[in-house]
Amino acid sequence: MTEQFVETAPFFLTGIGVTLLYTVLGALAALVLSFVFGLMSLSRLVAVRGFARVVVEFFRGTSLVIQLLWIFFVLPQLGIRFEPIAAATIAFGLNFGAYGAEIVRGAVMAVPKAQWEATVALGLGRVRRMRRVILPQALPEMIPPFGNLWIQILKSSSLLYLIGITELTYEVKQLQFDIGSLAAFSIALVVYFLIAQLLVLVIRWFEKRASARVGRGARQVVIEQPQAVA
Amino acid sequence: MNGTERRLWNWDYTWEVLPELVKAFLKLTLGITAAAAVVAIVLGLLFALGRRADASWISWPTYWVVEFIRSTPIPIQLFFVYFGLPVVGVQLSALVTGIAVLGVHYAAYMSEVYRAGIDAIPKGQWEACTALSLSPRRTWIGVILPQVVRRILPSTGNQIIALFKETPFLIVIGVAEMVTVANQFGGQNYRYIEPITVAGLIFLLASYPTSVLMRRLETRLAR
Amino acid sequence: MPAEESAATGEPMIRFEDVVKRFGPKTVLDGMNFSIAPGERVTLIGPSGSGKTTILRLLMTLERVSGGVIWVDGEPLTHERKGSKLEPASEKYLRKARQRIGMVFQQFNLFPNMTVIENVMEAPVSVLGLSKDDARARGTELLDKVGMVDFVDAHPTRLSGGQQQRVAIARALAMEPDILLLDEVTSALDPELVVDVLGVLREIAETTDITMLIVTHEMHFARDVSHRVMMFDQGVIIEDGPPSKIFNDPDNERTRTFLKAVLEER
Repeated sequence: MTEQFVETAPFFLTGIGVTLLYTVLGALAALVLSFVFGLMSLSRLVAVRGFARVVVEFFRGTSLVIQLLWIFFVLPQLGIRFEPIAAATIAFGLNFGAYGAEIVRGAVMAVPKAQWEATVALGLGRVRRMRRVILPQALPEMIPPFGNLWIQILKSSSLLYLIGITELTYEVKQLQFDIGSLAAFSIALVVYFLIAQLLVLVIRWFEKRASARVGRGARQVVIEQPQAVA
Repeated sequence: MNGTERRLWNWDYTWEVLPELVKAFLKLTLGITAAAAVVAIVLGLLFALGRRADASWISWPTYWVVEFIRSTPIPIQLFFVYFGLPVVGVQLSALVTGIAVLGVHYAAYMSEVYRAGIDAIPKGQWEACTALSLSPRRTWIGVILPQVVRRILPSTGNQIIALFKETPFLIVIGVAEMVTVANQFGGQNYRYIEPITVAGLIFLLASYPTSVLMRRLETRLAR
Repeated sequence: MPAEESAATGEPMIRFEDVVKRFGPKTVLDGMNFSIAPGERVTLIGPSGSGKTTILRLLMTLERVSGGVIWVDGEPLTHERKGSKLEPASEKYLRKARQRIGMVFQQFNLFPNMTVIENVMEAPVSVLGLSKDDARARGTELLDKVGMVDFVDAHPTRLSGGQQQRVAIARALAMEPDILLLDEVTSALDPELVVDVLGVLREIAETTDITMLIVTHEMHFARDVSHRVMMFDQGVIIEDGPPSKIFNDPDNERTRTFLKAVLEER
């Protein structure tokens, strides 16, 4: 059995590589859309807020499997054909972006009102206010839930074999014919678990960095106490 | 399906697939969700209590088992049970496998929900139970759990909705729940738009109102 | 007014023997020794952090002692007799031993998932084994005593703080404890409601001979009800005597300044 495993090892490793690729791609797409939809849902304009709300509810309310199948099987019948990699990235981006939008929104709203008021008092414009004051403080709040979402993305990459992507699940399904089903899937479980733990470590690293930056950033904006008059 | 292939939406086809999809939905998708939810709610509590145990030989393994389940993909877990376990003599039907795997997977999430709920019970409640000399059984069943259940209703509802939305994962072991049926229609007739869109809409119709309900419940319980 | 001398000597109801309590690196009590006679009413006063609440919590076995032994009516509370030795009490032993002790909390801690009468009935039924009817009868009688009999089927969340506290007192008394611990029971109440609760406690003091340990800032109440006042400071009893002495002519300077500050607030 060991020699069969050695034979199939290269495929197994490429499978891991592909899984990691899609986990990162999907996460980046989701991150971008999280901020787009999240910030849109905080807009002053009702139309923008409403649109964001509808999009978010739609993608959160439907199943990822359906979205994936829709993009890959239905759209071609309407004339829009995507490569598997594009379909996967778009599906992940939209689905997890919708969940991520809520994370962004929640974290921004959790920034103390006093900070918003301080920016008004200082006369900062909207964009500058967001960029320099609010978002840096909201960021540390966002990281743990985004971390959870990332693990969800990792787990969902397992579905991509349905649209022909040769990631880890695909390879493992092949592997079971060489080393038996129990061994193959047990190994797969352990590998996914280890990748997830790796992601957790990366997230923790981001957390530390973001928290430290808030210390630095906030110091630049704090309003000085009026000096006591002797 | 010759002359109708060019049309954007074929209503005849739609009426053909709709009853089958609704049937599969009611019988299987909802049934699986309900059964798996029961497993998740019961097992989730056991996981949560296990993690709180004073004895580290219980709490430690429980923690890692829960982490392991939460971190690994449902399709692999399904394959493991459906294809892997028969190697050691455990043969489950696809349906039972689906319910068991989804149930256990969401039990892992529920353990976190329970944990948060239990931690949120004010310390004074525990102390009042001690002051009255209540037994641990009575403390949990009479005082703590009723309050926990009330607190975690919205989160539990959200978890069940999430579970519901992941039932299509069972496509990988061929359980003919709604999305599998939609996919089969699509494959057989070379036309996916109607079945998959209808399936998606049924999902949306089922999960959106429930989500809104959970949110309302959350604000009501927060008073 | 209760007699100012201590009740007749005999076996003390409560005895702290070299009790030590540490919270991590912080030592709150270091070799605490005192006795309380059956039926005695003792008020513990002193600044926050002085250890008086810790004493109550140790008696109610909400905390474990770090050293020493607490005796209740001749039997060890914090330890079990194993032959001629004493070993730290098991949870099972504690559950039995603490039945004789009741406590009323600053935050009331009524069970929100039960009605008022169910709150009062819970322990008598599940711990003492009373039938539901007997427990209900006892509960109704006690609720009547505290003036809450019209609210038997109400939910605690609908009641005012003073009402909840009175139910909490009835709930504690339903176990017919020998010792009643009162931990700042009026501190969380609006001033108008304090009077009602104190009235109930006064009546209990007058009509029963439960041993009572009271931590309070209500000095007038303390003066009326107690046989004895103990002044705490930094985990030590710096003064111990009848109310007439402590309130009017304390020996210790610290006691003097503390009482001045507290009484001036009112």
